[in-house]
Amino acid sequence: MYDAPGRTRRQTINPSDYLSAALLIAGAVFFLAGTLGLLRFPDVYTRLHALTKADNVGLGLMVAGLAVQAESWSVVGKLLLIWWLVLIAGASVAHLIASGALQRGIRMWKP
Amino acid sequence: MTLLTWVFDSLLGLSLLWLAWRALACPDLFKAIVLFVAFGLLMALAWVRLAAPDVALAEAAIGAGLTGALLMAALAKLHPTEAHDDFTVPPEKNVTKVWSWQWLPAVAILLVTTGLGYVVLSLPPYAAGLSTEVAANLAISGASNPVTAVLLNFRGYDTLLEIVVLLLALLGVWSLNSASLDRKAAPGIVLDTLARLLTPIFILVAAYLLWVGAHAPGGAFQAGAVLGAAGVLLLLAGWRPRAGLMALPLRLVLVTGPATFVIVAVLTLLMKGQMLEYPPTQAGVLILILETAATVSIGVTLAALFLGGDPRKNNRNKNQT
Amino acid sequence: MSTPFLYALVGTGLFALGLFALIIHAHLLRKILALNVMGSGVFMVLVALAKRTGDAPLDAVPHAMVITGIVVAVSATALALTLMLKLNAKSGHAELPDDRRE
Repeated sequence: MYDAPGRTRRQTINPSDYLSAALLIAGAVFFLAGTLGLLRFPDVYTRLHALTKADNVGLGLMVAGLAVQAESWSVVGKLLLIWWLVLIAGASVAHLIASGALQRGIRMWKP
Repeated sequence: MTLLTWVFDSLLGLSLLWLAWRALACPDLFKAIVLFVAFGLLMALAWVRLAAPDVALAEAAIGAGLTGALLMAALAKLHPTEAHDDFTVPPEKNVTKVWSWQWLPAVAILLVTTGLGYVVLSLPPYAAGLSTEVAANLAISGASNPVTAVLLNFRGYDTLLEIVVLLLALLGVWSLNSASLDRKAAPGIVLDTLARLLTPIFILVAAYLLWVGAHAPGGAFQAGAVLGAAGVLLLLAGWRPRAGLMALPLRLVLVTGPATFVIVAVLTLLMKGQMLEYPPTQAGVLILILETAATVSIGVTLAALFLGGDPRKNNRNKNQT
Repeated sequence: MSTPFLYALVGTGLFALGLFALIIHAHLLRKILALNVMGSGVFMVLVALAKRTGDAPLDAVPHAMVITGIVVAVSATALALTLMLKLNAKSGHAELPDDRRE
């Protein structure tokens, strides 16, 4: 996305590129599923379920796909830190929203 | 520009316009704020597309994060009793419109925007701006990230005034309102644990952004915003600083940034005859000192803005009664 | 249309949307949101036009100005929100007296 000035694009394609492409596409599929759930599920609890679970896995796959391309281990460490931060923030916020919804007496959807 | 990036840019631009429109038109204010935060995050993506990663960091932390938190806190104070089942306030309270004949401002703004668009499109497709001047003087600026060099060296004057604006805004908020320092009801173990776990990491990230700003995207404002976010999280988790810290210590921390800037400005004025013109050999050290002081002040000021009032006033009243 | 001009036009569009909402809405929170959207539009025009350098390094001056602007915008927003809350506490309305409909 961001073309750093002075960096030339690599032209040859390595096997690791296929691996990271596969991981990134798999991650995008999980994000798509999570977003579909967010839009189509009937109440706040099921929507949270779809959003946090699917997006956490999707981001993990994306981080793995980018880590394959990383230039050094410190970049891998930063990517893992980002994933860990999103995991812990997502889990906590999902809990806070769900408990807030319970306190306000929003009933769970029954089919 | 390839077809794929063109499609992506167009989609991003249309999403930005759509989100802005929904945030400004939807009747529910809570939804409007959520849409505005989403708008800020997409703005950060647009800054990356425009090759402005420094701006993207600032937008994501300040434009989307802290502004969203401020708006949410204000909405909660505005309608404290009207929290409904579905997190909304009655829509009829929010859709009062001034103009019953909206076509008049619409036509006027359409004309103005057409003019603006025409002016933008008639600009030359290539313009170097000040990029050659910045590149020529980067070596003596004390920073290899051009944005940091502009912020702290070439246009240090702007940054000095900006930090003063931040302090003035806080003084305005303090003279209007007082804030309670009573510890809030226990917000639950999850939020408490989250705040305890994340605060050290926030401080570490802020230090990293401050350090890396000399040669890569980052710097005092992004680092200060992360520190401010840590403060907001602690305040949300019910933490309140001790009343003794609110008097002199808080004020000293708040003026550290502006005071360091003013001292450096006066020293350079006396030594070089030009405000904030650093000697090239010491420029790197001076920038680091200024940025560190500014980061601490910006972080604490942003957290104090979120608290939304003078924490001492309330105390004083309590002592009198 | 090249990337800088595409985003510059989006910026003018955001400015127009914000200005329209600023005029027609009475609620002050909405007016504050509208001002922020207008500011984002101005920032976007500035940064987009800074990308017109071709292969030369980008113009960093508008980038620095926009970072300054973002911080000033959040300060102004915080002050405006406090003023709104004060008005609401005094009068019970979050609209200016001229705009109020009884």
